[in-house]
Amino acid sequence: MDRNDYEKIEKAAARRKRATRTVTYILLTVWALMVLFPFYWMVLSSIKSYSSYNSEYIPKFIAEYPTLQNYVDAFTTVPLGRYFTNTIVFTLVTTAVMLVVTVLAAFAFARLEFRGKNVVFAIFLSLMMIPNELVIITNFQTITKLGMRNTFAGLILPSVTSVFYIYLLKENFEQIPEELYKAAKVDGTSDLKYLLKVMIPICRPTLITVTILKVIECWNSYVWPRLITDDQAYFLVSNGIQEIRENGFGRENIPAMMAAVVVISVPLIVLFLIFRKKIMAGVSRGGTKG
Amino acid sequence: MKVILQGLTKKFPSRNKKSKEEVVAVSDFSFEIPDGKLIGLLGPSGCGKSTMLNLICGLEKPTSGRILFGDDDVTDLPPEVRGVGLVFQNYALYPHLTVLQNILFPLQNLKGDKKMTKAEMLEKAEEVAKLVQISELMERKPSEMSGGQQQRVAIARALVKMPKILLLDEPLSNLDARLRLQTREELRRIQRETGITTVFVTHDQEEAMSISDMIVVMKKGVLNQLGKPQEVYDDPVNLFVAKFLGTPPINVFRGEVRGERLFIGGEDVLAVPGVGDRPVYAGIRPEGFILNDNGAFTCRLTAVEVMGRDTSVVSTHPSCEGVNIRSIISAENLVDASKEEVRFDLKPNKVFIFDTDTEERIRFGVNGRMGEDA
Amino acid sequence: MKKSNFKAWLYLLPAVLFLGFFMVYPLADVLVYSFEEGYNSASQTFMGVGTYNYRYVLHDPYFLQAVKNTFILVIITVPVSTGLALLISLGLNSIKKLKELYQTVYFLPYVTNTLAVGLVFMILFKKTAYTDGMVNLLINLFGGKSVDFIDGPYWAKMFVLCFYTVWVVLPFKILILTSALASVKQDYYNAAKIDGTSKWRMFTRITLPMISPMLFYLIITGFIGAFKAYSDAVALFGTNLNAAKMNTIVGYVYDMLYGDSGGYPSYASAAALILFAIVFTITVVNLMISKKQVHY
Repeated sequence: MDRNDYEKIEKAAARRKRATRTVTYILLTVWALMVLFPFYWMVLSSIKSYSSYNSEYIPKFIAEYPTLQNYVDAFTTVPLGRYFTNTIVFTLVTTAVMLVVTVLAAFAFARLEFRGKNVVFAIFLSLMMIPNELVIITNFQTITKLGMRNTFAGLILPSVTSVFYIYLLKENFEQIPEELYKAAKVDGTSDLKYLLKVMIPICRPTLITVTILKVIECWNSYVWPRLITDDQAYFLVSNGIQEIRENGFGRENIPAMMAAVVVISVPLIVLFLIFRKKIMAGVSRGGTKG
Repeated sequence: MKVILQGLTKKFPSRNKKSKEEVVAVSDFSFEIPDGKLIGLLGPSGCGKSTMLNLICGLEKPTSGRILFGDDDVTDLPPEVRGVGLVFQNYALYPHLTVLQNILFPLQNLKGDKKMTKAEMLEKAEEVAKLVQISELMERKPSEMSGGQQQRVAIARALVKMPKILLLDEPLSNLDARLRLQTREELRRIQRETGITTVFVTHDQEEAMSISDMIVVMKKGVLNQLGKPQEVYDDPVNLFVAKFLGTPPINVFRGEVRGERLFIGGEDVLAVPGVGDRPVYAGIRPEGFILNDNGAFTCRLTAVEVMGRDTSVVSTHPSCEGVNIRSIISAENLVDASKEEVRFDLKPNKVFIFDTDTEERIRFGVNGRMGEDA
Repeated sequence: MKKSNFKAWLYLLPAVLFLGFFMVYPLADVLVYSFEEGYNSASQTFMGVGTYNYRYVLHDPYFLQAVKNTFILVIITVPVSTGLALLISLGLNSIKKLKELYQTVYFLPYVTNTLAVGLVFMILFKKTAYTDGMVNLLINLFGGKSVDFIDGPYWAKMFVLCFYTVWVVLPFKILILTSALASVKQDYYNAAKIDGTSKWRMFTRITLPMISPMLFYLIITGFIGAFKAYSDAVALFGTNLNAAKMNTIVGYVYDMLYGDSGGYPSYASAAALILFAIVFTITVVNLMISKKQVHY
């Protein structure tokens, strides 16, 4: 083979590589559009006026006369603001209580010695396999019997413990060298102070992960709130949007509905764009969905 | 403050659940640490050194026995009221706190009449930082410092409460060789300046011998020997202690005593007055060999390594327990490396003989009280 | 020793209380419910003990429809979503420019409210008096006829449900597979290249075996998740899923418990336990297969 042959081979290889890359980019872009299109569509529909939306047999891809009226309607005609504050309260309280409960339990498993520790931990782990659908029936009955339907307590209490997060935190706590605990003991640090002053600051990344995952879960929770609330005053956004869909604006007002959808979706998307790296790392460590 | 350990024993339940046997980490340990001294607790890994330390500082409770600080029995006291400072091998600095915050941490735990104001704490912290020479690092985080610096911070944190006893667990083993030399001088200085009774644990005999006032040699939880470093080196009580101290290590041979003479491989190498006929282990320190073309002890020459001041002669002998015999002779003696054989005379005070079963020392005329074995 | 025991239990107490009350007790209770015949919510009485609830549920056409729907959903979405995720992840791992942007975009569905975005899908697919909807217009463009995907034929509704489910579950799978692919050491590929290994062979002999643990993890969690499908269906077809013939097993459980057809916790319990038995069996089978297949 002379030099020309080599050049030919090289050129052909480069061409093939370029072609593969182009195809890859095209396919990736197609899927990206598939993902983005619904978001684009909901924003677009939400700024079209009711009449222009319904007059477009072939929907236009831009809003010719954008309006914010639908957003006004979403907050005035239906109690979207109420759903919103309910969800914020529900999310914050549930997440906060859950953090306290799981951190305390994880600390006990990771650092303290007590009889039956291994047995209790094994029981905890086996609870991880129990699907929510199985226990939700009794919980529904319990909360109903206790007269806690349509209360925040009823909404929050059943979801303030997570065996999985206890497990995740315990693993993380155990990575802190035992010497640190010993050093603190020699200095007379109490267990609680050690937990607050040493373990929690060191494990902050994991705690943030757990917090984010729980916030997402709370924000999107639908089934339990649906079972336990029938008073609109206690609806969360998921139930609210379902209510809007079914009894909504008195008529099939899709632009206003889309405005509500945008309002509900925005907080988590903003949160995601801010903490993108943390959320993705956290989800790949401990999240499941679907 | 002097520390007295009386019959200290610590047993752990076996990790292996099937066997109910307990693991004895420390067995019937008794000794007294004089006030203001630096004690090196020495032994191979897994010999119970760290358990010893945990017992003294109170992180573990002994199964039996007592611990006294001065005249006070502290056996049942929790660590924080014992007034001990502890430095860990990996330093155990709080990674999220600065150097200053790390040093302040123990002070912030003080309660009752010991409680200090912020200003007092800061003053104390500055003082000890100056002592260990880290005053200019106070705002750094542990991850921003070298191993040696972290080590100093760990010592500062242990000292800031003005402990009665300072305990150091393998304090130098995470440092590189050069820093280790420097830091051990530093440790010695700090200990002298503060006069705090200090116990430090190490598996490195050279380290222990170089700075300790006294060393304690442990094996499998049992105290083997206690004394000034040189005394222990010159007069080991058993084969284990003899082997454990000294670099290069002692050379051990299988031998036999006949008619108060020590025989190794059929050669009559040394007079051992007062010892009855029996098989023995003979340990010969590297510096116990004297080069002599007409010497009594013949070895097969392997290599000659001239290292400035000394010459190291490497040879082999069929009765030797180790692979090579290392002998150190002064460099003035020229050794012809092309020869196949090398002959030595032995220095009687550098030769120790041991019982082959118990491995206990058998003393003979020159280097011990005569006839003690009888 | 005693004192430290007591303290440790104090730290554990909240978790133990909550778990005991909302998980362990319900678990026992659901079993009891499922065998109590003729349980009456209002009077809290029951007539006898037996397998009647199970028999009722297994003969209920709504339940059978729900089982059929769920199985179709599982059989379609698990392979499709896993395969698609693998394809996309391979694409993502082969590019450098814009990789992060694509990753961010692909992850978006994970952080959206299933119910809310489901509405967008509904209007995209729905045929109304005013418009045939975006998707139908697209079909018309290629010469097809409009179909009502939301209130129309069964297969069309199933298609939307599967499509939306795949859209929702992909982000997690792409995320996991992308990091699994990235963790395969370049050395292996370099070694293979020197031996002149073809791209396809590299994929089947190096990439797949190396990511097989993660792949099986995704398949197993994918099965479990798909069997529990519910809110996607609600988002697309509304809460009255039985009427739309689009109910899922989980949906059946909730409908039995509460709502217009609710008030039968015994039937709900029996259905939930049947679901659990199905999921459990399939997970065990999956694990057994993966033990044989996963290479380390």
